Amino acid sequence: MIEVLDVYYTYPNGFTALKGVSLTIDRGECIAIMGENGAGKTTLIKHFNGLLKPTKGAVSVDGSNTMDLSVAQLSRKVGLVFQNPDHQFFSETVEDEIAFALKNFGFQEDEIKRRVDQVLERMGLIHYRQSSPFNLSGGEKKRLAIASVVVFNPDYLVLDEPTIGQDYLQKREIIEIIRSFLKEGKTAVIVTHDLEFVVDLRPRIILMSQGRIILDDTADKALSNLKLLDEASLLPPQITELAYRLFNPPGLEGVLDEKDLMKIIKPLLTRRVKQQ
Amino acid sequence: MMRVFEGLRFRRIESPIHSLDPRSKAVFLLVLSVLSILYSDPLTLTVLLIIQIPLVCMARVVKFWLNSLRGSAVLMIFIFGVNFLTSYFYMGGFTFDGLTMAAAMTIRFVTLIGAFSLFFLTTTPEDLSLALERLKIPYDICFAFTAAMRFVPDIALEAQSIMDAQKSRGLELEKGKILERIRNMLPILVPLFIRSFQRSMELAEAMESRAYGAIRKRTSLYELKMFRNDYALIAFSITFMLIIVAIKNF
Ligand SMILES: Nc1ncnc2c1ncn2[C@@H]1O[C@H](COP(=O)(O)OP(=O)(O)O)[C@@H](O)[C@H]1O
Ligand SMILES: [Mg+2]
Repeated sequence: MIEVLDVYYTYPNGFTALKGVSLTIDRGECIAIMGENGAGKTTLIKHFNGLLKPTKGAVSVDGSNTMDLSVAQLSRKVGLVFQNPDHQFFSETVEDEIAFALKNFGFQEDEIKRRVDQVLERMGLIHYRQSSPFNLSGGEKKRLAIASVVVFNPDYLVLDEPTIGQDYLQKREIIEIIRSFLKEGKTAVIVTHDLEFVVDLRPRIILMSQGRIILDDTADKALSNLKLLDEASLLPPQITELAYRLFNPPGLEGVLDEKDLMKIIKPLLTRRVKQQ
Repeated sequence: MMRVFEGLRFRRIESPIHSLDPRSKAVFLLVLSVLSILYSDPLTLTVLLIIQIPLVCMARVVKFWLNSLRGSAVLMIFIFGVNFLTSYFYMGGFTFDGLTMAAAMTIRFVTLIGAFSLFFLTTTPEDLSLALERLKIPYDICFAFTAAMRFVPDIALEAQSIMDAQKSRGLELEKGKILERIRNMLPILVPLFIRSFQRSMELAEAMESRAYGAIRKRTSLYELKMFRNDYALIAFSITFMLIIVAIKNF
């Protein structure tokens, strides 16, 4: 469990980026953190593995205050994947890049090899093991960045804007990686603007604005609140938008994907067909 | 470290100092630098530091200026320490003279940091480039210089993200012996260099596609002009220098 208790954070230049954020993340949850640029999302997730320590308030991971642990100790549990893969690659080969964290955490040589093989397979990077990370395509780079964290098997996986610059297929791959991670009973936190992308996971939605949490609700409730989404400059999933336009006035909750919409439309259509 | 960078970055503020011509500010900077290297008694050096304060106040950059001094505090302590210790050897023990000398070296450093910080805090990179051009420095070099200035804060931010990403993968910078520590810097330096290289390639492509270098003789939208205040500052700087030289030599 990650507990964030009334956290304030002020950057050295005097800008206060978090203003009283409280939040509890349970084991096994899937959470999407959303909000406009500069809302404080990245600042918040950097508190989860102790890269930033609260100016006021407290953050604890599985009961230990982040003040008492090093970033390395916390990172072992809370794996952070940052936005720009180019900000972390430095090895000559893909497999060395993946092994980096394992070496830092003191894994044995044969265990490192086993895990690297496993993760290369899982992430569809097996043919690139000897390639340079810098020669990969955008989608492969992103998967490598995720692989280099997933490989040490953290309990919590935190991804900062994983879909930026990714095409539709690459997004689907990232979703599947997160889904399989969740299946193992692990926790995923995703920072994103991209509702269409996370909606399949039915995450708990946390909406931030100007350093505060302004909404914390289920996907069903949050994503069909078009007025709120509009205020937060977020686009609703297209299916939700379609349902809204078809059945205006609203009062439709939880129409988030094609299955939901089918449930409503199918009875109507069959009735039509029978009438004719 | 970040603080020193911050202290050298231009702040867009309306003030009589900001609107001065960069050349007149450069004269002032030059006078302070020359004098503080020429003389090494604590009193003169302190005067050179204090003379900056009214300008800093007029430019309304007191906070940033103090920040850059504070950011270099570690270096100041280091300079003081090293000078005081070495004085032990060639003065045969810790003496009052040794103390004065160490203090003077430290104040000289503060004076120089302060003078450069004041100059860069109040001069836009564009003005600086124009001033360099006026000094008949080739435009390519002026441009490279201002582009480099302009990228310093970006690179500092990028260094921070890289450090965050590597620490999140278990890299411990504060651990180990000196050799291990140096090796631990590689995961930070490699991406930083590669990004800087990529950035300059991107910049070069963007410039070429906007026909950089197509015309040999460039003209500027804004021209530098000296006003009354500029002549006043130059006159003041030269008079100040003459007075100090006079006092010190007669
Ligand atoms: N290193 C820093 N120093 C000063 N201010 C910062 C720094 N990093 C971020 N900020 C500011 O904090 C605010 C929140 O930033 P961030 O957490 O990155 O937002 P988000 O990830 O939601 O876009 C922004 O206004 C940003 O300008
Ligand atoms: Mg962000």
